[in-house]
Formats: sequence, structure tokens, C-alpha cells
Amino acid sequence: MDEGTGAARDGSPGASAVSSVASVFREEHGRLLASLVRRYGDLDLAEEVTSEAIEAALVHWPVDGVPARPGAWLLTTARRKAVDRLRRDQVYAARLAVLQVEAERAAPAPPADTDGGLPDERLQLFFTCAHPALGPEDRSALTLRCLAGLTTPEVARAFLVPPATMAQRIVRAKKKIREARIPFRVPGADELPDRLPGVLQVLYSIFTEGYAASSGPHLQRTGPAEEAIRLARILRALLPAERETAGLLALMLLVHARRDARTGPDGAIVLLDDQDRGRWDHTMIEEGARLVVTALEGGPPGPYGVQAAIAALHDEADSVATTDWPQIVALYDVLRALAPSPVVALNRAVAVAMRDGPEAGLALLDDLAGEPRLRAYHPYAIARADLLHRLGRRAEAAVAYRKALSLAGTEPERAHARGRLAESESESESESESARGPEAEPPPPGPSPEPGPPPGPESRGR
Amino acid sequence: MKYMLLIHSGATDESGGAAECTVEDWMSYDKEVKDAGILVSGESLADLVTATTVRVGPAGDRTVTDGPFAETREVLGGFLVIDVPDLDVALDWAARCPGARGSGAVVVRPVADFGA
Repeated sequence: MDEGTGAARDGSPGASAVSSVASVFREEHGRLLASLVRRYGDLDLAEEVTSEAIEAALVHWPVDGVPARPGAWLLTTARRKAVDRLRRDQVYAARLAVLQVEAERAAPAPPADTDGGLPDERLQLFFTCAHPALGPEDRSALTLRCLAGLTTPEVARAFLVPPATMAQRIVRAKKKIREARIPFRVPGADELPDRLPGVLQVLYSIFTEGYAASSGPHLQRTGPAEEAIRLARILRALLPAERETAGLLALMLLVHARRDARTGPDGAIVLLDDQDRGRWDHTMIEEGARLVVTALEGGPPGPYGVQAAIAALHDEADSVATTDWPQIVALYDVLRALAPSPVVALNRAVAVAMRDGPEAGLALLDDLAGEPRLRAYHPYAIARADLLHRLGRRAEAAVAYRKALSLAGTEPERAHARGRLAESESESESESESARGPEAEPPPPGPSPEPGPPPGPESRGR
Repeated sequence: MKYMLLIHSGATDESGGAAECTVEDWMSYDKEVKDAGILVSGESLADLVTATTVRVGPAGDRTVTDGPFAETREVLGGFLVIDVPDLDVALDWAARCPGARGSGAVVVRPVADFGA
């Protein structure tokens, strides 16, 4: 496992140990919690003793130095705390013992770890946190809390909700896990095709929360996106044979690679046309492109793999004009067959506008006018306005920009729409700008900087 | 762990049965549940027109009314209580229930456990 603790392992005693404890905590939290959940079958107890073990580390490590195997030290300490706790509360201990017997009946214990390391039991925690019986927002919150090791206030910040609201949400979700007895188990091979998309979708929705904040003063906040990438790396290491896991990680990397170029110093949107491609993260693009190959090799493609391939075509082009639009349209056709949705149709229409001209794209967009999901969808409104703008149909463009302005959720989106609206209203010349690129950043999966809902075949409600 | 499966029937045909499944479907499902050794109890409910509602006011006064009648298409048509290890197993049994098909739905509720 490489999302490692290396930095902390050679940490020296003293003040620096406090920060290495913090980083070890983030990395070991999910692993530790998963082991404890496995052992005690109770998320609350596991969280409680995980925190206590971390607190003990904060006391001892600065004095004694960081132990050679921080994870093992934390686990031993946490288990000791759990034993103490259960000794104090016999009723609770008895209840957990019953739970344990039933859990063992449902899922036999994993084979003992052979190389002396701790068995990695995070996979079952991923599936529990993303269980379809939990609400979509609860799934993301629990995943960040339990697997990314964020504190409740940090999770609240990631979703821009007050900490008290997030605390309630997490308490409620944990109550459901406990009382409805959502199991801690990895689905069998026969269930995996049904359950894995749910886990991928949770990671992708955490990612999009950072990629395009749904509301607020900023267009993007990199925190959630980076957490999602970190979680996707862990999941990929746990499920190396699942190509869609590679596809999801590839998609995230290929989109995140453009983060620095997407906004100007004042936070304004920088359109794909105008982005300084030199500021894209080329190391990240290379890694993403390699993963796209993995995701598309050796079997039929999945929706994340196809979207990653689209993102790779954008990332590898020198400019909007030289982007391989016919190939992008073809990939959208594949995606539309795999995971049909109005948002995919919208993105395809924008790609068609680039391949065949704005008129063709506009005709496709107008065909989608009746879609309820697009009616109040800012990316649809702005895509339509931009195509009208490119066609020089100023009056119609002005109306469309006004609509887009009313639907924009973030200040940079509003600023973009306001700027274009002013342009459309003031321009009297009839010449149209020809051969402009798409007016906003392409996927995933939106033609605007705001990606749409995740594309998986699973609907959010499952 | 006990779960109650509340079987809500959707649109019904003229004879009152759900349009999406047959009597044979129900019989074989009932048999599967019994054979699996998980059945605690279960009943089908008589037609909704036979329902009567009772309310007792603060002074102990009793109000009896006819109904309720279906205002939505979802009518509780029966229930099962099963004893299985966890929610995933309960959801599997719910998914196999003929009442979950078409416009029907099965709501899975854990039975509250007040004991240790």
C-alpha cells in the first residue's frame, strides 16, 4: 500500500511528531476503524476507541518517538481501550457478543494475514458507508468521516453545511446502520456488479462537490476533490481487477489536472479556449491516460472508463480547435448506450456543435427542451445561450443568458452569464464570431464547468 | 434480527389481484420463505373496503369510521415478519417477493428490539 505512512515512520520525537501524528491519523484512520468494526461489529465503539488511540498517540509519540509500526501501535492501543470499555459496560458487551455471533454466521472471518502486516478490511467499510439503504448525502458524509478520516466539522466544510447539521446527519446514518443492522461485509462476486457502482458513485459525488461547488462564492474547492482521489486510489488498491475503479480514478485525475487553469486570479471562470494548457498538471494527465487504457482493456467499457477517455482527449489536445471532436462524439454515443441520461445527451450535443457547427448542436439541444431534468439545469441553459451567441442570434442569446443567470449557483457562473448578457445586449453588429470553441469547460460531464450528476447506471435513489 | 416486510400492492386488476404477478408466484414465494426457516409470521389482508378506523379522543370518546379508502395507489396488502441475520438478507427476501414487482413496493422495517 503506498498511500503511506512513510513520512511519519521516520519522524523524529518532538514538535514535528505532532504533525506526523496528524498525517498518520488521516492515513491510518480508515484502516484502524475498519479493523475495529470487523472485530466488534459496532461503528460507535470502533470510532470511540479509534479517537482514544489517536489521543494516546498525541501524548506518547512526541515523548517516546513514533513507533516503528504506527498502525499496529494504534490498533493495540484501541483494542485495549475497547476491552476497558466493555469491562465497564457488561450489558453493552453482551449485546455486542450476540451481534458478533450473528455476524460470524453471516460472514466468516477473513484468513489471517501472513506477512505480519495488518489485514486491510477497509473494503467492507466502503460498502457499508455506500449502502443503498442510506441516503445519498449520508453515504458521502460517512465515507469521508470513516474512510478519509475527516472530522465532522471537516466533512461539514466539504459540503458547505453547518457542523451541527452534519453531526446530525452522521448520527442519523449511524443509527440506521446499527438499528436496521446494515452489515459490514464485502458483497459476494454475484452481487458486486450491483453494488460496486454505488461505491464509485459516492466517490464521484464527493469529487464533483469539490470540482464544481453547487453553490457559494467559489467555483471549485480542491479539498473534496483531493479526498475523492485519495479514496479512489485506496479502492483501486483493494479491488485491482475492477476496471471501472481504474476508470473512475482516471476520470478524476484527468479533470483535476486542469484545476489551476480553470479559474483566474479573481476566481472568474476561464473558458477552455482561454485556459493556459501549460498550467495543466501533466504528471496527473499522464497517470490518468495510463489508467484509461487499463479501464478500457480486456472487456466491455464502463461509463467511468468512457468518460475518462473523453477527458483524456481534451487533456491531450493542444487546443480546442485541434481536439478530436469526432472521436469525442463517438465516445458520447457509447456512453449514451451504457448510461443514457439527459445530461449525457446535452454533452453530446455540445460536442456535435464542435464537430458539425453550432446550428447542429443547437438543434440537438432544442430537442432536449422538454427534459424535466434539464429545465432548471444551468449547464443546459448556458450551453444553449453560448450556441445562440456563436450563431450571432443576439436577441435570443440575451434571453437565454438571462435564463442561465437566474439558474447559476456560484458567483463565477453568474459573472460569466452577466458578462455575456451585457455583450449580447450591446452588440449591434450582425457579424457572428465564427469558429469559437465551446464557451465553457467540457466534461465531465457538462459542457459548462459544472459537471452533472454522476453517470452510473445506478440512480441516486438506490 | 426480525424485519417486517410491508407489502404494498400497486395497481390491481378486476379480481383485486396485483396485475404483475400470479397466485402461483405468491404460493411459491410463501413456500420458499417457509422452507428457508425464517418465517416468524405473515398474513394477507382482506380488501381495503372492509377496513374500519378507530380513534379515541382525550375524554375517552370513541370514533369509529369506515375506511380508510385508498387515496393513493399504495395500499398495504399484507405483511411478513422474518428473522434473518442482517438488512442485506432481508432486502434479498423483499426483492424476491412478488409484491415488489411492477407498481408494487415492499417496505422493510426492522422490528424494534427493547431487550438486551
